[in-house]
Amino acid sequence: MADIIVLKSINKFYTSGKMKFQVLHDINLSFEEGSFNSIIGPSGSGKTTLMNIMGILDKPQSGEITIDGERIDRIEKKRLAYIRNQKIGFVFQFHYLLPEFTIYENVLMPYLMKDSKPTKEVMKRAEELIDLVGVSKIKNNMATEASGGQQQKTAIARALMNNPKIILADEPTGNLDSQSTEDIYALLRQINKKYNTTFIIVTHDRRIAERTDRIVEILDGRIISDIKKF
Amino acid sequence: MSLPFKIALRFIRYNRSQSIFIILSIAIGISVQIFIGLLIQSLQTSLVQSTIGNSSQITIVSKLQGTPVSSWDGIIQKISSDPAYNKEIKYLSPSVDTPIFISEGSAINSLLLRGFDFKASDPIYHFNSHIIEGTLPTNDNEIMIGKQFAKDANLSVGKTVTVFTAKRQLKILKISGIFDFNVSAINSSWAISNLQTAQNIGGFGNNVSSIEMQVVNVFDAKKISEEIAQTLNNPSIKVENWEDQNADLLTGLQGQSISSIMIQVFVIVAVTLAIASVLAITVLQKSKEIGILKAMGLTDGKTGLVFLFQGLILGIIGALAGAGLGLGLSFMFAKFAVNSNGTPVVPLEINYFFVLISMIIAITASVVASIIPARSSISLDPIEVIRNG
Repeated sequence: MADIIVLKSINKFYTSGKMKFQVLHDINLSFEEGSFNSIIGPSGSGKTTLMNIMGILDKPQSGEITIDGERIDRIEKKRLAYIRNQKIGFVFQFHYLLPEFTIYENVLMPYLMKDSKPTKEVMKRAEELIDLVGVSKIKNNMATEASGGQQQKTAIARALMNNPKIILADEPTGNLDSQSTEDIYALLRQINKKYNTTFIIVTHDRRIAERTDRIVEILDGRIISDIKKF
Repeated sequence: MSLPFKIALRFIRYNRSQSIFIILSIAIGISVQIFIGLLIQSLQTSLVQSTIGNSSQITIVSKLQGTPVSSWDGIIQKISSDPAYNKEIKYLSPSVDTPIFISEGSAINSLLLRGFDFKASDPIYHFNSHIIEGTLPTNDNEIMIGKQFAKDANLSVGKTVTVFTAKRQLKILKISGIFDFNVSAINSSWAISNLQTAQNIGGFGNNVSSIEMQVVNVFDAKKISEEIAQTLNNPSIKVENWEDQNADLLTGLQGQSISSIMIQVFVIVAVTLAIASVLAITVLQKSKEIGILKAMGLTDGKTGLVFLFQGLILGIIGALAGAGLGLGLSFMFAKFAVNSNGTPVVPLEINYFFVLISMIIAITASVVASIIPARSSISLDPIEVIRNG
């Protein structure tokens, strides 16, 4: 299948005073559409920076990034926001739901960003996603009235709202107990199959990475191994 | 409803204590502004009213002091038939002023006899409401005297007085009434008669000593008087106005206006700073949510709009509450701050246009105040928020 994300010669460094830290060294990496991947490495290895660059939240100093066939390293900010909104879904360690809105409204949020009047189909899709992640019983509750697992599931439903081609998940279960962790992985797998969504999961936990189809391991800003299961 | 507006509304609703804090600070600021503004305006109106409300605001006199204005009916005709002045000038009336001496007992008192066309000048002087005894002079050789003079000279209605004119003629005049203009100088030194009596006594013939006018807007008096001087283009007369004659009062009023504006400006600045600081705290508190919204594709412009809308909504609510509070304060003041006779200390005049302007200023200030938090929300980088968890 075609590559949905292609990174070429990505270099990223941070400067702090006169010190310069290179976080990513000449990274070349691509992910196939519909694949289920993980990036692992200890903290400080550069995996989150890599994810942020793929999610166009961060910019490398050099290198090319192509997402769904579009070079994005030199386009304007507004278009970047549009690509993030339409093609990428984010799931973070913390759910970051808006406490002022209900579960249902939080899920609908990414759609409302480009169009403030949701159509019937859109509302139906939001309901379906809420069903899919299993929080339909509390969909009209405020986000703060849900448990940690339920909130993270809501965040997943929200990431799927605009039917993105890519889901970037940074330690999506880092904050959850083992039962909830199981539920969430089962759910991500299910979504991957159902919608052919590409998943890239960043984690420091090897046991979680083992359950994905491809493990990219990063250490000190370099890819040290890249194992595909099939 | 656009998403930024919706988010702004929810932020306001769910951060209740902050919202109430902002609304209160706007409301208190605006109510003070409205109250002080209305009070100063009313005070000035009442000051101007008591100074010039019962007198001539524009006066045409002869250029040569003490000489009469001839062909005055022509001048009146010319001004009153000009449609440009019809809108600006309320009343127009001739008057004759001449000094007289009244001998009563052993004392000789010097008075100013003022002859009026009562019909034309009553709207200016409101004679009828100032008469405390008797009536207006209805016939020739009748006069009305002031309360103070009547007391000092022991005169009463119906009595006659002997009058010497400046031209050493003798006249017997009958007192038809006693007036009280609430100004002791007038009460002790004016005598009032009809036009003919004063003309006869002063030897004016058919001439008058001045033509007096009141205008619709008292602060236009100077401008109108200059226009009249130009229209008449008569070298033997001059047109005076109260503004030139009361320069001190005007300076005082101006100083009062400036200090009132200063107070209002500082109130607005304080309110603006209060709103800006509370909203800036909201940005900090909401940085995680704002970060995730931006990561999900909310554009910088829409992120900033969230805070501008917050400023706008809080401003509108605060301005409405402030207007209510300010008007309430004003009414209370008019009702409870009264003189011993029950009339208000300052007769309050509600200038609704001023209230509206104050509200618009408050709303504008709130939106301006929210520019600072809006800018900091725009510069907020989502990865900073996500990285710091």
